[in-house]
Amino acid sequence: MLLLENVKKSYREPDGGVLPVLDIPRFTVDAGEQMVLVGRSGCGKTTLLHVIAGISRPDAGRVQIDGRDVAKLSESGADNFRAAMLGFIFQTFNLLPGFTALENVLLGMTFARRKYNPGRARELLDRVGLSHRSHHKPGQLSVGEQQRVAVARALANEPKLLLADEPTANVDPGNQQNIIDLIRGVCKEEGVALVLVTHGEEVASQFERVDHLEEINLVGKRMSKS
Amino acid sequence: MSLWKIAWRSILQRGLASALTTLSMALGVMLVVAVLLLYGIISTQFQNNSSLGYNMIVGPNKGGKLQLTLNTVYYLSEPVGIIPYSYYLEFKDAQERSRYDGVEERDGKFAAFTAAAIPVCLGDYLGRFRVVGTTPDMFEELRYGPEANLEYEFAAGRNFQTRSEEHGFFEAVLGSAVARELGISVGETISPSHGVPGGHEHEQKFTVVGVLRPTGTPNDRAAFINVEGFYLMADHATPLEEFEMGENEVAAESEEEPAATAKKSEAPKSLYPTTPLPVNERAVSGVLVRTISPLVTAGLVQQIDRGRTAQAVLPVREIYNLFENIVGPIQAVLLALTVMICIVSGLSILVSIYNSMSDRRHEIAVMRALGASRTVVGSIVLIEAILLSLGGAALGFVAGHGLIASAGGIIEERTGVQIGFFDFAPPMEDVELWIGGPLLTIPISTELWVLPSLILLAILVGFWPAVEAYRTDVARSL
Repeated sequence: MLLLENVKKSYREPDGGVLPVLDIPRFTVDAGEQMVLVGRSGCGKTTLLHVIAGISRPDAGRVQIDGRDVAKLSESGADNFRAAMLGFIFQTFNLLPGFTALENVLLGMTFARRKYNPGRARELLDRVGLSHRSHHKPGQLSVGEQQRVAVARALANEPKLLLADEPTANVDPGNQQNIIDLIRGVCKEEGVALVLVTHGEEVASQFERVDHLEEINLVGKRMSKS
Repeated sequence: MSLWKIAWRSILQRGLASALTTLSMALGVMLVVAVLLLYGIISTQFQNNSSLGYNMIVGPNKGGKLQLTLNTVYYLSEPVGIIPYSYYLEFKDAQERSRYDGVEERDGKFAAFTAAAIPVCLGDYLGRFRVVGTTPDMFEELRYGPEANLEYEFAAGRNFQTRSEEHGFFEAVLGSAVARELGISVGETISPSHGVPGGHEHEQKFTVVGVLRPTGTPNDRAAFINVEGFYLMADHATPLEEFEMGENEVAAESEEEPAATAKKSEAPKSLYPTTPLPVNERAVSGVLVRTISPLVTAGLVQQIDRGRTAQAVLPVREIYNLFENIVGPIQAVLLALTVMICIVSGLSILVSIYNSMSDRRHEIAVMRALGASRTVVGSIVLIEAILLSLGGAALGFVAGHGLIASAGGIIEERTGVQIGFFDFAPPMEDVELWIGGPLLTIPISTELWVLPSLILLAILVGFWPAVEAYRTDVARSL
């Protein structure tokens, strides 16, 4: 479902130097598989998610999702592909404050061609337990509720792959497990592959597959050795 | 969810800043609309009304031509002087002249060129309205309207008569605004006051025999009395010595024996005399003349201007010159200022949206992460600028029309022009459209040109922030 081969990504530093961030010979995720990526801060987890999502282009290598190489798509092609195939859950939820919970879910559908479906948006809010709060704006929702809206929004376009970037980092401990259960449960029901990035060992321990980025990323390996 | 709704939500989210930006745009548009509306309607009305069935005014050889036009046609400012009645009679044929005692029975010197000549005697008031002493021809011979082809009609009663069995020389007709404002109806009597509004009232009373239907002309704001009755009121007979000079000139110009300068009549003993004032004691403020053909007009003007008694003016030309040389440039300056205000308002939209960009970069990045293309996020920002402009324009249009409507009373009082909330500025020029057949000419109000101009302005000012949105680095802004 997801295949990364010889993906390299580096950033140019202010002094003109080059900072390598990713050098991944191979990384795969099967359809419907749920896995966790763990790694220390600054090891390139978010960059990897951006490269997979087509938000950042790799300097080299292949990023293939469902048979299509995202790295070779034009920018607008990558936008369309992202809207149709990927769901994104952010650490800080990133709900748009001027829109209600329902509109935030619909917003994801707006940018995907032929996916606009208010009925599904309502159904997803119902599934994350927020049908009664659908007309509330993010500022009127608790932190846990906001992240549940973000989960519904990420699944709005029936993606094949869900990328979750530390989704429980800003959620109170009492709600963290609920959010993880929700994400895993909905992904399972919808047959969506899940790549979840986390710091938390407790979260990671619940997954059958746990990859350490330092191990799959040669840049991380080199840094660990030095 | 449409991009328009997303842009609208973004505007609502920054409520105060958006409201202030819209308000500044609204103020700019309000001023533009008010200037266009005021100038457009007043100039059209002035130009339409400058030829109410006549093409020349003959008045005293004092004061300017514009002043003569303003006080004779629009009843604005004060009359500049008088000319002898005998001079007015030079526009009449022998048959007309024969009705007056002591006037030689011959065609007047200008009669051959004259289709209609109507005397106008000014100087009295009814409340704040001008009283015009004239003949019944005023409403029988003259026409009004843009094509000067509409006959005067009476909402009640009839035209006054030169001499009626019932009221003698003392009949009056009121313009619609006068009757409405003073609450006077047919059958009631009026007493004009002398000299200034609120001056001493004449003892004679005129019976109102008719009220005109509204015409949209200055005549709505005047009371018309029979000129014969006008002369019989106290202080309206002109002492002979005032005419000595003028009469001699008239005689010299017309090579006529000064028969009209007969002995002064005895002062009327009765309040309502049954004999008219002799011609040699009469004067008029002006004569409204319709020539038999435009071809003779220039020659007639020259002939009149050669004498020292009177001057002839062409009201259409005077009003055209007034607007072209005085009002037009003032309006152009006002318009330029208000357009500058609109541009500044447009810049405030730019500043408002641009300042919000640093806050919104994150939102834009989120939308991009959800699959929005660069073009989509750029379009949202552009739509936002257009919505703010259109909102300001809509408010400005309403406020501009409201402003003019609320000042309608003052405008009507000062200029005689009636302006309501739903009046639009007249078209600058007709727009021709080719719609698969005959050419369609559509008059589009100058105000409506403001709308596409504002959209263009909005696109221009929204372009920069839209490019910023377009160039947002998603990975860095998330």
